[in-house]
Order: sequence, then structure tokens, then C-alpha cells
Amino acid sequence: MSLPPDVLLEMQRRMLRIRYFDERASLMVKRGHIPGTVHTSIGQEAQVVGATMALGEHDYMSGNHRSHGHPIGKGSPLGPLMAELVGKADGVCGGKGGSLHLADFNVGSLGESGIIGSSIPIATGAALSSKVLGNGRVALAFFGDGAANQGSLYESMNIAGVWKLPVIFLCENNQYALSTPAHTVTSGVIADRAAGFGMPGVRVENGQEVLSVYDAVSTAVERARRGEGPSLVEVVTYRYNEHSEGLRLSVDYRNAEEKALWRSRDPILLFRTWLVENGVASEDDLDKMDAEVREEVEESVRFTDASPFPEPSRAFADLYTEPFGPTHSEHGRGAGLDNPIGHPTTGAVR
Amino acid sequence: MTRMSYLGAIGAAQREAMEADERVVIIGEDVEANVYGTTGGKSRSDKGDFLQMYGPNRIRNTPISEEVIVGSAIGAAMTGLRPIVDLSYSSFLYMAMDQFVNQAAKNRYMFGGQASIPVVFRSAMFYGLNTGAHHSDRPYPMFMNVPGLKIMVPASPADAKGLLRTAVDMDDPVLTFEACTLWGLKEEVPDEEYKIPFGVARTVREGSDVTLVAISSAVPEAVKAAEALADDGISVEVIDPRTLVPLDIETVIRSVQRTGRLVIADPAHKTCGAAAEISALVAEEAFESLRAPIVRAVTPNTQIPFSPSLEKQLYPNRASIADAVRRVAGELITAPDDLAGIDDDPAHQAPR
Repeated sequence: MSLPPDVLLEMQRRMLRIRYFDERASLMVKRGHIPGTVHTSIGQEAQVVGATMALGEHDYMSGNHRSHGHPIGKGSPLGPLMAELVGKADGVCGGKGGSLHLADFNVGSLGESGIIGSSIPIATGAALSSKVLGNGRVALAFFGDGAANQGSLYESMNIAGVWKLPVIFLCENNQYALSTPAHTVTSGVIADRAAGFGMPGVRVENGQEVLSVYDAVSTAVERARRGEGPSLVEVVTYRYNEHSEGLRLSVDYRNAEEKALWRSRDPILLFRTWLVENGVASEDDLDKMDAEVREEVEESVRFTDASPFPEPSRAFADLYTEPFGPTHSEHGRGAGLDNPIGHPTTGAVR
Repeated sequence: MTRMSYLGAIGAAQREAMEADERVVIIGEDVEANVYGTTGGKSRSDKGDFLQMYGPNRIRNTPISEEVIVGSAIGAAMTGLRPIVDLSYSSFLYMAMDQFVNQAAKNRYMFGGQASIPVVFRSAMFYGLNTGAHHSDRPYPMFMNVPGLKIMVPASPADAKGLLRTAVDMDDPVLTFEACTLWGLKEEVPDEEYKIPFGVARTVREGSDVTLVAISSAVPEAVKAAEALADDGISVEVIDPRTLVPLDIETVIRSVQRTGRLVIADPAHKTCGAAAEISALVAEEAFESLRAPIVRAVTPNTQIPFSPSLEKQLYPNRASIADAVRRVAGELITAPDDLAGIDDDPAHQAPR
């Protein structure tokens, strides 16, 4: 599949965004600027960007706890994402979601989910919408090797198969749960499970190569767009950091040799070399892009710093689309519940 | 006006909703064949058959996979459809608890208002019909504990039609709990489209001595109890909240301010039930009006047994509700001159 240079360069740019955004987020957790923790996508950039860039602007996706890469890969601006991690009013969810629940409906991001496997039916439903409304959109469900052992996946694959829904089930197999090696809790090959539902299942072994992922997902997207139904794509990848930032385990469940091997196949370095060798960009061009993305991430931090924390009354907004019910609530119906992101305001009741 | 059954009224509301908006779809187990009588006419060739009228794109049988039925309806609602989901038995909702609690209830909130989730989940409560413990639940209190969901519990055909029409047009997830013991109940229902707002109770019967709040199938039993008590000189006001989230507590409080006495009849379990919530709200906000302790006529905290001789006694009925009213109205009852012969053995009292 030959792609125009601007698309190839955009792939590299989005991978860099994910890398530097998550490195910055990791630092902010360590410094206490981000409350709680985050789960970084560092090391998995090719898998994320190869999948999101195979989707169209209006296509949908749902995600999981390793959540920042998906909206970045889909083209969401960094400022509101970073502000959300800190819990600021200008966060993409107004500070109500945080790292685990990023969502940017403007780019088709229907939300990241903190419950393993829980968002797979959501993407399946978005595909049902597309099918019933005939709007040509497809939906992609990101899930990990852990969610591959949840029933929600198989209920979704079955219904998507019988209804021929335009959905791609994308397994981000980073080979480990928090510490448990996936192969010790997973019977057989995940991609092979597609056969049981009468749909194609492919395993991208070189998931650190963005073009390999892009090709596999594009094939699935085209099939979905043609009305031929769902596909399962398993991408083998690797996370560099621990499951979550700040986590320190006494047991070294991944040995140094393994980690070094995967780092030697870094997705960003691999693609940088490819871009230069194929004459798409010079080293200078790519250095410039690198600096631009670093500055973009710093700008997202400045955006975050400049944003206030939300008013306490916002804790009672957005529960429903309309105010309703009795007004005895101590918070009052609609009182002072200004909504800075322009959505209908709702008072919580009792 | 047409004389309609409770189930017929639900079917009429679904037909109206399907006609009114092409984004409305019905999904669920066995909906194509109109098994429960809410998606069609008497046969596939009948002109009222939903599959014939609206086609397989909008009427969809599902596999028996509650998690994805509920989850995909949420995802579809977030992206432009307005699904009505028929989950048949309310006991099956537990299979999809993650989707109800973590997705339907939270997605609008945690995404800062980006999502609206216009979906209606219908389920039937088969209690009182000897269906055993796995088919006899009244689970609405569990869902009252989940902010973000709306809950309706219609007790009459006219309310079932008007509330369901409102629910389909709402942009928030609604759970409707339909009582099977009411399925055959018939009354005159307006033919034209009408919508009953959520959060507005219905005063079924006016009275001045005792406020009797009744939920779902307890409503007709409460009315029977009130009629019997009228003969004893006790005037009972029967209030049906109709929706539990939002809950029209103001109508209840205004009534209690007049009567000074409150009984709540609720077929769900006693602990943390709708009756518990109504009791607490009235105690918090109208304590000074109460002239007697609040009494709940509810189902005791036990599972539902199969045998008719065991099951029947558990739910509030006209006798146990009337007993509860007499307890709060004690001072209004003239004691007989001769107390001998009154059965006060606790073992013979209605379960509470």
C-alpha cells in the first residue's frame, strides 16, 4: 500500500505526540501535578497510530485504561487532553473523567473505559447505528490481551457477525497484564478465535511497524465499509513502562534482555529510518518535527496550567440531559451550574 | 378512547414511537415474533405486525447475550439511534450490570456531557406467578442506587402508554419495570398521542386520614385496601409515584402534611428499597407533620420460593396493606368493648 508523504509524516507526528505526551504525563505524576496515576502507551505508538489512521475522520472508536494514545492517534488536540489528566475545567471532559475516561466526540472518540472489556459493546453499538442509519461509518474497539478473555468480547463478536456490523475488534496484545504474562492465562492464539465467529482474524506480529498495522487495519476497515462485516485484528506490541506510573513491583516479571530487545525495535526509530531510507523526509526534517511536537506538548502543559479547576457545583452537572425532579436538594436545581464546555447543564437530584 | 390492556398500551406506545421517529429501533430476544404481545398483531400477516411494518433493520432479534444487547444499545444511543430494548425478564438485567452501571449511567457524566444516551430498557417483573427465584425479581431499588439512570414503574395501562412515550423521547437512559400481574389489567386509554412527564405522581384516590404510597402492582391492591378501610371510617389517600427516578416526593410530603400518617406499599425487598427511600425523605422533610411512625408494607428480606403456598404470603396485598394502615391509624379505630377473641398472636400477622 503506497501512501502519500503527508500521510506518512502525519503517522510519525502522531507517534511522537503520543510518546512525548505520555513522557510528560509520567513526569507530572512523579511530581504530583497529576493526581492519581496514568497508564502510558509508550512503546505501543505504532499499534495505536497504525489503527487510528486507518480510520476516517467520522469513524468511531472506543478504548480502554491505556487511554491517552487513542484520542491523540485519532487527531484530538493535546491541550484539553492534558488538562483532563490534571482535572482542569478546560479538560476534554471538564475534569470529570481524568486519564481513564478521556473522550473526544469531535474526533469520533466515544470514550476510554476503566473496566476491562466494557467498552467493546459500545463500539459494537456505534457500528449498529452506522448500519441502521446507513451513514457509512465504521467503529473500532481497542482492547488488550486481558479483555480478550472477557465474555463481552465474544458476545460482541457474535452479534457483530450475525448482523454484519462494520466494526473492527482490535486487540492490543502488549503481552502482559499488570504482571501476568498473557500466554499463561490465554488459551491458544487470540486472532484464531475469529474463526469461531466466521470472521477474518489476523495477527500482526510486527506490531512495532506502523505500516504493518496500518495495512492490516485498513483491510478490515475496507471490508467493514463494503458491508461485509467485522474483523478481528491482533497486534503484538510491548509497553515500556510499568502497568501504571509509580507502580513498583518487587518481582521482575520481564527480564532485562527482553526489554532491551523490544527497545531495539522502537516504533518511532524504526519508522524514522524508513522515512529517511525511502526519501520521504530528511534527518533535518524529522529533527524539526521532533522539536515541533515537543513544543506542542509543552504548549499543552501551559494550556493546562492556565486553566482553572472546575467549580465545585460541576460535580452535579451532566448527570442527565435536563434538570428534573424535586428541588429539595441542597445543591439546588440548576443553581450556579454553569457549563463551560457548552453542553446542557443538569442539576443532580438527591 | 379504547379499552386497552397494560400490555396492549405498551405495544401502542411502541408503535407510536416507531411511527414518530425513524431513529427508534426495537431490539431484544424474540421481538420479531411478538412473543410478549408488544411488537405486533395477531400473526405475521396481520397489518399490525412490527416486522412487516418497520422491517428487519429496525426490529431485531438478538442472541441471548444481555451484556452486548445492553452495551450495544448504549453505543447506538450515543451515536444517533434511539433504541427500545426488550430484556424480557427483569432478572436478566443482572447479566448486564456492568453496562448499566459503568456505561449507561456514567458515560454522559464522566465524558463531561459529550454523550447523550437516549435508550429505554424494558423488562417484566414476573413475581407472584410461581416462576421461582430466578424469574421473580423486583430489582428497581438496585438501579435507584445508580445516579444517571431514570426509572419508571407504571401501574396502569394509561400510565404505561404515556410514560413509555415520554421515555423514548428522553435523551437519558430509562429503565421501565413492568409488572406481569398487571399485564391483563384493562382500562380506557386515549387513542391520541400523549406524554406523561417523569417526576409527577398520580393521586389515585383522595383521602384525609392516611397517606398510602403504592408502587407498581401494589397500586391496585392499595386501592382495594383503601376501599375496604373506607367502610371502617378510615379515609386513605393513595399516591402512585409512577417514576422512582425522578421521584415526586413533594406530592407525598404535601399529602403527609394533611394526613399526618404514611404507609408505603412496595413489592420490592425491604432493605434499601423504594419504600425505605420514601420513608427517609419524609422523615427528613416532614417529621413535624407525622402523628405516627411510618410503616412499610413490603416484601421481607428472603428469596422468592416456588411453591404457591410459600410465595403468595410474601408480597404486600390488600389485607397486609390494610393492616399496615390500621397500625398507623390506631387512634382512629374504636376499640371493641370486648377485647377477647382478637387474634394478636404474632405468628398470625401479615409479614412485614
